[in-house]
Amino acid sequence: MSDTAYSAAAIGIAAIMTMLTRGLPYLMFGGKKKLPKIVTYLGEVLSPAIMIILVVYCLRDIKLTTFPYGLAELISVVLVVVMQLWKKNILLSILLGTACYMILIRTVF
Amino acid sequence: MKSFRFACKLIVPVLFSYIFVGLAYGILLHQAGYGAIWAFLSSVFIYAGAMQIVMISLMVCGAPLISIAIMTFFVNARHVFYGIGYIDEFKKIGGFKYPFMALTMTDETYSVLCSATYPADVDKHKTMFYVQLLCYLLWICTSTLGALIGELLTCNMDGIGFTATAFFVTVVVNQWREVDSHLPAIVGLVSALVFFFAFGTDNFILPALSMSVIVLVILKDLIATREEDTLNV
Repeated sequence: MSDTAYSAAAIGIAAIMTMLTRGLPYLMFGGKKKLPKIVTYLGEVLSPAIMIILVVYCLRDIKLTTFPYGLAELISVVLVVVMQLWKKNILLSILLGTACYMILIRTVF
Repeated sequence: MKSFRFACKLIVPVLFSYIFVGLAYGILLHQAGYGAIWAFLSSVFIYAGAMQIVMISLMVCGAPLISIAIMTFFVNARHVFYGIGYIDEFKKIGGFKYPFMALTMTDETYSVLCSATYPADVDKHKTMFYVQLLCYLLWICTSTLGALIGELLTCNMDGIGFTATAFFVTVVVNQWREVDSHLPAIVGLVSALVFFFAFGTDNFILPALSMSVIVLVILKDLIATREEDTLNV
């Protein structure tokens, strides 16, 4: 297989598999007139669980056992939480948190 | 037009993430010897940031197509869980937009839609469509641009990816304040931590999501009764 054909096939396959993961719940339940109760329930309660798992997923590369123990990330996350509780302004929380993180990884850690 | 403007406002928190990850992806692809057309095609058809970045190294070392297929499924399997909450909603949107909405949901758009509250004068479904359309187009543009002229733009942006983490944290905080039961969030956190320490950085997200589903189903009565209680008051 030529390089171009291989790359095209690789992208095609990755595209199909990605579509499958996104389409799966719709393929399984989309055809039904009424969703099973358990699916409606999960649709509601899963979101807070997913969001917090996504946060851990974003922080997965920190090393807790060696210096700097993920301190830059943890301090910045705490700052975002505090700002969001206090000012309730998403953009402000993100900008301050990210600025704090970018400064910490350049200076302290 | 109001819905479009509202959609633009909603995606502001994820703009950085799309712009910088898109550019970074384009640059990496270019450095690996692939031209802008490949960045464009990958983004149009795959549209999954983390996977596209992993794909570069797979393609460079000529990984077998079957491993690419399996790997893509597992890296992206978290999407299965996002769809569950939007089946009815997207079905109501209907037409070509139904598959479009289903197939262009990402970590970021899921978070945006989850945390959005729609004012009375905007069309909820139109807004959702614009949110996902804009993010999709933005990803295609920035990744292609990265491959075209990325190297001209390089300055030290280390850490800018933290905007995505910070956005997810703000969504968690907002949800924590709004929901009746904190159990789902706690279940998610505990599952994530348990499997993170048990399986390590690369393999924890799927077991964590699956475990959350199982525990939430078991706790159904506890959580559902609480929600009914608050509805009855």
